[in-house]
Amino acid sequence: MNKLVPLLLRLAPLLLILVCAALLAFLLQRGLGTFSPALLFGNVPPLKALLGQEPVWDGLWPACAGTLCLVLLTQALSLIPGLGCGIYLAEYASPNKASIINLSMDILAGTPSIVMGLFGFTLIVFLRKTFLPDANTSLLLSAACLSLLVLPVIVSTSCEALRALPQELRITAAALGMKKAAIVYKLLLPQASRGIAAGLILALARAGEDTAVIMLTGAVANAGLPAGLFDKFEALPFAIYYTCGEYQNAEELARGFGAALLLLLLSVLLVLTAHFLQRRYLRHRQGYHATGRSC
Amino acid sequence: MPKSDLPTQPSHDKDSEAGFWLKLASLLAVLGVVALCAMIVVAAIPAFFSQGQTPFEWSWQPYQGHFGVLPMCAATLLLALLALALGFPWALAIVIWHLTEEAPALSWAKKAFALFIRLLTTVPTVVLSFAAVFLLTPLLRLAFGGTGFCLLGASLMVSLLILPTMVLVLESGLAARLDALCPHGLALGLSRYQLLRQCVLPQSRRTLIQAAVLGFGRALGDTLLPLMLAGNAPKLPSSFTESARTLSAHMALVTANEVGGAAYNSLFAAGLLLLGTSIGVTLILRKLAPNRARGKK
Repeated sequence: MNKLVPLLLRLAPLLLILVCAALLAFLLQRGLGTFSPALLFGNVPPLKALLGQEPVWDGLWPACAGTLCLVLLTQALSLIPGLGCGIYLAEYASPNKASIINLSMDILAGTPSIVMGLFGFTLIVFLRKTFLPDANTSLLLSAACLSLLVLPVIVSTSCEALRALPQELRITAAALGMKKAAIVYKLLLPQASRGIAAGLILALARAGEDTAVIMLTGAVANAGLPAGLFDKFEALPFAIYYTCGEYQNAEELARGFGAALLLLLLSVLLVLTAHFLQRRYLRHRQGYHATGRSC
Repeated sequence: MPKSDLPTQPSHDKDSEAGFWLKLASLLAVLGVVALCAMIVVAAIPAFFSQGQTPFEWSWQPYQGHFGVLPMCAATLLLALLALALGFPWALAIVIWHLTEEAPALSWAKKAFALFIRLLTTVPTVVLSFAAVFLLTPLLRLAFGGTGFCLLGASLMVSLLILPTMVLVLESGLAARLDALCPHGLALGLSRYQLLRQCVLPQSRRTLIQAAVLGFGRALGDTLLPLMLAGNAPKLPSSFTESARTLSAHMALVTANEVGGAAYNSLFAAGLLLLGTSIGVTLILRKLAPNRARGKK
């Protein structure tokens, strides 16, 4: 019995690998053939499409551009609150304030993304009823909701990166007469930059793949290149969802598979980068004395 | 060096106070969460007090004035429970294998598997759903007839979605305990599997519950998998091979179709229900996490 069970246990990971391999092989088989400039730009010459001189109707370029704008805007909106909150939590917060911040970040991290989308949707309904009757769902709204979604990621990774720094660093600097602000900004932040960068990349990947939020806050299927902060936009995850339900012909379906493979590839690459950055950072840091406090 | 001897916050004079911008940033972050909760609660209030068109009934027929979300609640619960029933034993078996595999030939496989699990946590759900629609659904159609879009298919994929999260939680909870027992236990002639089975698992109920609750919370809130795989029929499913609509999918559909008016009431009620359960799950998880000194020194 005790010999047999461990052998049977090997079936569990094997099954998982088989299932994932089947899904991946299926995606590759149907999607890999579509990988070419035409997947992104359709019949339009790539340079003209990139410069926005000619609109792309049968390619993924508008969706990719939309997603790019979306994640950059999300990063811009969440960077200051996220990083600031992480620094505050790691270096300044009294136990009371830290527990309030921790509680709210835990709640935010556990909130389903569709609820964040609903928040944005409610905001627009509210604005329409009150003082902005022509408010509509838009790129800016999506980015704002997504930045709520990625906030816990940024806060906890930046806090962890700072706390992984050796305590001696702080003490020595204080003994040398550096002020607390100088210690944090001139000494600790540069030292922790690699760990923080890993968190930011992770947030980028999280914002890029989420579909539920943008579905409720302004992503559409045919908007062309993103025109402005207050306009509707296309996005890669939404294009995949839309293709699945509404494809008209085999060509559109194949483009859907191409899009799915592209998104998978992008998010896996981003997350791998973040993972190795973070691991190298923490391993390097834990060579000294880690403070051992968790965020 | 014992950390308790170190002055983490040496003094509370003006100099060691956080600057204005840091305080503002933290305030913004916390206010964002408060605004999120407040907005959804306030929006959902009319749904609870509206006469006639209450969202708490068992039929959804917007053109006959019935806007009930109870079938969606039931479907959400069924989906999450089935996904948990499929995913939790699977995750546990994987973790037990990963912690107790002793064949030296497979040590590289254990390392590779750890990275594989990390990567699985990041697969976009929309990609997972897309692949499943064209791979799993035809199989289900063959096996059970109908359209193939059913609760079972969605549950299968959701169990795959929550699996890596549960594996990571279980592993981090069980590994330390097993490692603490190992030198002595192995010297007594027990195998790693026996140690885990006889000594670690009986003491780790907390970790098991924690993993299950986390998986359950994830399964409740996921939108894309049920939306694309479960068929979205707004009625109570009588079996797992029938089409069903979860709360999250319902929210996506109502906002997309803009039925307007009283349909929005049910939308906000559904949002409040989801938010409430997810906060509940978070609070339970915080109670269960024993060693994490939250904000305490």
